[in-house]
Amino acid sequence: MEELLTEYLPILIFIGIAFVMAIAMVTASLIAGPSNPDPEKTSAYECGFEPFDDSRSKFDVRFYLVAILFIIFDLEVAFLFPWAVSLSGIGLFGFWSMMIFLGVLTIGFVYEWRKGALEWE
Amino acid sequence: MAELWINYIWPVVWIVIQILMFLVPILIGVAYLTYAERKIISAMQMRIGPNVVGWFGLLQPFADALKLLTKETVLPTGASPVVFFLAPMITFSLAMLAWAVIPVNPGWVISDLNVGVLYLFAISSLGVYGVVMAGWASNSRYAFLGAMRSAAQMVSYEVSIGFIMITVLITAGTLNLSALVEAQSEPLFGVLPGWYFIPHLPMFIVFFISVLAETNRHPFDLPEAESELVAGFMTEYSSMSFALFFLGEYANMIMMSGMVSILFLGGWLPPYDATPWNLIPGVIWFAAKIAFCLFVFIWVRATFPRYRYDQLMRLGWKVFLPLSLIWLALTAGFLVYFDKVPA
Repeated sequence: MEELLTEYLPILIFIGIAFVMAIAMVTASLIAGPSNPDPEKTSAYECGFEPFDDSRSKFDVRFYLVAILFIIFDLEVAFLFPWAVSLSGIGLFGFWSMMIFLGVLTIGFVYEWRKGALEWE
Repeated sequence: MAELWINYIWPVVWIVIQILMFLVPILIGVAYLTYAERKIISAMQMRIGPNVVGWFGLLQPFADALKLLTKETVLPTGASPVVFFLAPMITFSLAMLAWAVIPVNPGWVISDLNVGVLYLFAISSLGVYGVVMAGWASNSRYAFLGAMRSAAQMVSYEVSIGFIMITVLITAGTLNLSALVEAQSEPLFGVLPGWYFIPHLPMFIVFFISVLAETNRHPFDLPEAESELVAGFMTEYSSMSFALFFLGEYANMIMMSGMVSILFLGGWLPPYDATPWNLIPGVIWFAAKIAFCLFVFIWVRATFPRYRYDQLMRLGWKVFLPLSLIWLALTAGFLVYFDKVPA
């Protein structure tokens, strides 16, 4: 507990200081800067157009696909972290277990590639 | 009372002093990085660059900051106010936070975490939240498109960054950043510096390019491609909220350069542990390595044209990802079969 505290308390204080600094800067500009909004100024910028509707609309499904692929591979990285630090203790068996796991993921990756999930045009 | 002071208050005060000793140089560094960028690019384009405010324009960053401070903060009608103001603060704080674990000299570190690499990876991954929140909260088409692009780009390159970090990790056998730097002190073949950019040269290059993409720098600055998306996810921001994004981006560049220096360029270590080299303190070496990386960032910006989005995604998923995965398997296989895995 003591060790945990000495390692993570500075980080907690760091988070606090960084946030306080950010808030102070924004507040300072709110105080120092003028504020006279008018409808034209506060409408969303669209190169001289009147914005028609809400801009939170449909977007390309490929962004979603990238997000899913990212989750798979980032999880893989998360699995690799403990494997990497304990590699000296787990020997050949541990090494080949991970290689088989990577191989399975690579098969999936090749499938995505062939299916055109990585194409953007 | 005295006990309370010694056991509880003074340690906290000391931590705050340490944190400020890190933050102040970083903020000054960020200010002068913007100045250096303008000066270097103008030199590369045969211009003079900022030269009016102060000697050689040296006070220009402060003039810019003051100007931004006195500008009006515009809150767009359709925006979600809380998220709109939170987004730049998150970007800025995260760019600062990574410095909590970065050692600049033996023992000069705020928190010597035993999972430092994991912490760095986590903090640099969180950066995408500021961008997505900004794009969503602004309720503007340019901001929305910019945020989508930026998020997809950042997560794509993060995967190869993760694999490369693990490659370095198995070579050093530790997650602690100070130990990782120390692991690079052993000379390679007795003559070359033991820095990991020599054995892992291809990964060093891939990592550096991924860092460019991760920080949305040229030639991967598609989220803010001026010619198509105005300013991407920051289109609706003004005044200090904009400045926080700007500071965050540049602080991120410094942080990522620090990461490159620690993982591949031997952190605070001199190239050789011999007399002319090790007279210079480690901090100076570390700062010099960061400055070198930052110069390359700026150099790249002045040199290369912008990538197209499909090219960017192709490079990330079809080139860097397989390459880093293969290199990881090769490194692990080499270490295991030649019995060189560090304990």
